[in-house]
Amino acid sequence: MKRYGGNARAIAALVREAEVHRDVYVDPEIFELEMAHLFPNSWVYVGHASQLAKPGDFITANIGRQPVMASRHTDGSIHVFYNRCPHKGVKIASEPCGNTGKFFRCPYHAWSFKTDGSLLAIPLKKGYEGTGFGDTQANEGLSKVRNVVIYRDFIFARLSANGVSFEDYFGESLSTIDNMVDRSPEGKLAVQATPIRYMHTCNWKMLVENQTDTCHPMVAHESSAGTAVKVWKREQGDSTETPMAVQLYGPFMSPYEFYEQSGIRIWPNGHGHTGVANSIHSNYSDIPGYLDQMVAAYGEQRAHEILGEIRHNTVYFPNIMVKGAVQILRNFIPIAVDKTLVESWVYRLVGAPDKLYERALMYNRFINAPTSIVGHDDLEMYERAQEGLKSNGNQWVNLRRLYDGHEEQDVTAVINGTSERQMRNQFHAWAKFITMGMDKRIEAAE
Amino acid sequence: MIGEKTITDFIYREAELLDTMEWQTWLDLFHPEGRYWMPLEWQQQDPVLQPSLMYEDLLLLKVRVERLAGERTFSQKPKSRCHHLLQAPRIVTCDPAAGVFKARTAYIYTETRGDMLERYSGWASHELVQVGDALKIKLKRVDLVNFDAPFGNIQLFM
Repeated sequence: MKRYGGNARAIAALVREAEVHRDVYVDPEIFELEMAHLFPNSWVYVGHASQLAKPGDFITANIGRQPVMASRHTDGSIHVFYNRCPHKGVKIASEPCGNTGKFFRCPYHAWSFKTDGSLLAIPLKKGYEGTGFGDTQANEGLSKVRNVVIYRDFIFARLSANGVSFEDYFGESLSTIDNMVDRSPEGKLAVQATPIRYMHTCNWKMLVENQTDTCHPMVAHESSAGTAVKVWKREQGDSTETPMAVQLYGPFMSPYEFYEQSGIRIWPNGHGHTGVANSIHSNYSDIPGYLDQMVAAYGEQRAHEILGEIRHNTVYFPNIMVKGAVQILRNFIPIAVDKTLVESWVYRLVGAPDKLYERALMYNRFINAPTSIVGHDDLEMYERAQEGLKSNGNQWVNLRRLYDGHEEQDVTAVINGTSERQMRNQFHAWAKFITMGMDKRIEAAE
Repeated sequence: MIGEKTITDFIYREAELLDTMEWQTWLDLFHPEGRYWMPLEWQQQDPVLQPSLMYEDLLLLKVRVERLAGERTFSQKPKSRCHHLLQAPRIVTCDPAAGVFKARTAYIYTETRGDMLERYSGWASHELVQVGDALKIKLKRVDLVNFDAPFGNIQLFM
């Protein structure tokens, strides 16, 4: 039964000021519309330029359902195209990353393409003479994604030809990426390892919402973080130094008051972050030598400014979260209405002590792995929600916490850290980007 | 005198303790400096500066075991169970003089919870040391054949 396709008004009605209808999480038609409209209209993370260090390096990714790839061309430029041979549609790259050498070669009929995507050669090219091939899209080579912006080595793409510009879309929210990059004494991040991958049987938006949900850690993670704190208290003996592991788990058990005062900042277009005044990452031990490196690189004042900005989770709408202080990016990749692949990446701060990278990797496996006890706590909640939302007893999800009745949309504001306003902010953006241009596109198709 | 059979028996016994959920007795098999390591890369060398799924000392293993029994451990309602099907361990080193005992064991591991059942294949590498008359685990390394695939929850021990 089709209820939402081409009906922007029906879709918009799923998002009320402080409630959303359960169909946004459980309806397969809504999911298809997200893939067809929301993701193409948004700026979506593709990868990091350090994954494309040398000419011929490539990575593959998906934007919604669209398979894309990015490559480093011989002249050093980065290009993003659809991962599909213009001949018969075969995927050009089948691996997450690699080096193709001087050109891409389709394994089916050996059509080849330069690393900027343009057509290089076709075997028996004579056979296309006088066929009108020169006028076809195939003659252009791999179809390009035209709207690509590389911001401080973070590669973002927007598939729709028209839409909001990168600068207008992200605005001041880029300050979290800035802070993460600035934490390297050389101002440079490097991806040096594969991400931790974790399959979730729930809708992708539950994961995104949970990033700024500060009223769940002390409840849902009592079993993991709470137990870690308890066991450490019992076992610590005469030890005066808290192990790195306990430093990472412990703050999850911070009381409501901590999260209330630490604050949330929201930005236009659905972006926002927890941890404004301070965050659960504020009290980690200093890593010997790091501050000196930072002061040498940036000067006393600027170094302290950078390291004093200890944000918690920054959501970049629609589907990534960045932890600048721990150098982690989580990519919530939608697979189906009730299936989400989470890839959690760690960036190494180039030039910084190994210990920082060790800590980031430890955090990632403690919190974001299929073997993570914190992850087990969260996934259990998402799965129960995915099941529970089928209930017809109440078809609305309540997001009313600290709603004051007349919220301005698409603004920048700092608010109480236990507010659900960032979730409301996301859903406002959701309604905007899923319906954007929808009527026009349907007219064009008719 | 610790011989090859002592090592093999130890590995079978360890798997049995996990299958019967005798967690405390299982923890007692570890040396105080023991580690449980689940790499995330092929033939991984470094557990600290390369990403792993798990690299846990005794403190963290105790946290896991205690959590499994927690009143508010909702991901264990219902509880998970597991099953180890082991190939005969291959003795890599059995050197009582040097106190070095190593074995590698191919396995199929099953973890089940409620109506769900997941199966994993891999190799367990044991590095054991002699403490008194007994063997203790210095390192248990579990390499999954598909370490790079996205799994759902793995809540127990391989």
